Amino acid sequence: MSRQTIIDVAYLVAAITFVLALKGLSSPKRARQGTIVGAVGMAVAVGATFFHQENGEGLKNIVPMVIAMVLGVVIAVPMSRFMKMTSMPQLIAIFNGVGGGAAALVAITEFLHQDVKTLPTYVVLEVVLGVLIGAMSFSGSAIAYAKLQELMTGRPITYPGQQIINGLVFLGAIALVVALLISPTNLLLWVLLGVSLIVGISFVLPIGGADVPVLISLLNSFTGLAVAASGFTLDSNVLIVAGTLVGASGILLTKMMSQAMGRSLPNIMFSAFGSATTGAAAAGADDRPVRSGTPDDIAVMLAYARKVIIVPGYGLAVAQAQHTVHELAQSLQSRGIEVFYAIHPVAGRMPGHMNVLLAEANVPYSELKEMDEANPEMSTADVVLVVGANDTVNPAAKTSPGSPIYGMPIINADEAKQIVFLKRSMRPGFAGIENELLYDPKTILLFGDAKDSLGKLVTAVKQA
Amino acid sequence: MTLHAIHSAAAHASDAHHAASHPILASLTVFILSIFIGIEVISRVPSLLHTPLMSGSNAIHGVILVGAMIVLGQANNMTEKVLGFFAVFLATLNVVGGFVVTDRMLGMFKSKPQAPKNEGANK
Repeated sequence: MSRQTIIDVAYLVAAITFVLALKGLSSPKRARQGTIVGAVGMAVAVGATFFHQENGEGLKNIVPMVIAMVLGVVIAVPMSRFMKMTSMPQLIAIFNGVGGGAAALVAITEFLHQDVKTLPTYVVLEVVLGVLIGAMSFSGSAIAYAKLQELMTGRPITYPGQQIINGLVFLGAIALVVALLISPTNLLLWVLLGVSLIVGISFVLPIGGADVPVLISLLNSFTGLAVAASGFTLDSNVLIVAGTLVGASGILLTKMMSQAMGRSLPNIMFSAFGSATTGAAAAGADDRPVRSGTPDDIAVMLAYARKVIIVPGYGLAVAQAQHTVHELAQSLQSRGIEVFYAIHPVAGRMPGHMNVLLAEANVPYSELKEMDEANPEMSTADVVLVVGANDTVNPAAKTSPGSPIYGMPIINADEAKQIVFLKRSMRPGFAGIENELLYDPKTILLFGDAKDSLGKLVTAVKQA
Repeated sequence: MTLHAIHSAAAHASDAHHAASHPILASLTVFILSIFIGIEVISRVPSLLHTPLMSGSNAIHGVILVGAMIVLGQANNMTEKVLGFFAVFLATLNVVGGFVVTDRMLGMFKSKPQAPKNEGANK
């Protein structure tokens, strides 16, 4: 077998492992195996690339190449090992952004390397798409990161004429693409890189913090497509397969996520969600009385219930209260009470984020029920304990057509016999909408940090 | 011989009876089939795995590292070298970070053996 054949076989093996990795990630049991298989495939592909030959010449610049890789490893490993689990969405945004950036750089470098005059138009198109999509994904992810990390406001950033300006920027990018196809020059490509970065920024600025996870999923898909475009340019099947797999599955995943939020993708991308709702929240805020209880009252209620359903939200995660909630659940279970967790698809900040956080606290997988599975049981629950969640149990999603979250599937906490809210304050949730459920006569509130409140409940339940 | 000339030569050699076929067609075939696989393979994912899946696919597009290595490996002048260097660096961040984060997340899904008293209470 020739050297090239062996390398190509290695790439084929890698491509197969990527498919298996995605397949594995679709089931909780095989997910970890899937990741490992994918990582091995990646190592095989990278290893094989060291033997790559171009026109009979081996790869040059091996020393800087290895230095760049070592630098990457030295930075990426501690970053991903030690970042808090609540910061997971930010991490994914960073690693996605750099991937997009890499794809754009690969396309540019290959373009500079080739003789522009002899380059067929379809190759120019591949390069241009790689730069456009990759750079958009890079700058978009950077803004998404800044929003999630609260380096900038999570609110949608809007200004008069924004839609028009965004439209013009995008048209500008398209015009540059066309110009490059007609007469490809290095200068035009650099301009396109700049404009693409601006497109990414202007596309993400008007998107509100709550929608950013869906956006990251979309940008992830974009990076995949940019990688595929680079694969076309370099005639590398493994890049095309991997990039396209991510691109296609990413679009589907994005669609599933936005469906879980009861909104359409165009709605998330173009409606500047939060800005319209701030007004609504202000108008809805009033001084109606709410019923608040002491930890002892609530502990008694919990200790003598038969069935308790816990609805965790992002507040639980920021308070780092996963372990305490698990402790409470265990102490209730030891009294023979049926306890499980009802997980809204977008609880936390990303779909599945809450499951990860609870799994971190050793909550058995079997106690986590997805919304569709949990909702039929709500009416038989004696107590629903809502910890740091708000919008995901807001009945306005079912009852008030004017509400921005109308149509979003919610956990029907309102059907339970009693509802306990552990809340930091009366402030509305992420979507900025007043929650009627707080004023329901069946509802009791316990104000305070989720972790403190849960700790008090654990102690009180033991004494009850 | 340019890269594309090599590719088309290879495509023609492996597919001699379609000697006139455009070199991009082989790539397009791979592309289109991959779209179907990508959609098919994740069509039944429980929502609790959405985040790990996003993270895992994020790691997979880090395969751009292969492309970055190739462009750096054939870089002749300083501009190409610098761009290639950053491409390799960023792509390595993507691959390594993507896999480590995904693995760390999934590590938490391990079904741990339950303490006996919980087992009893669950029933």
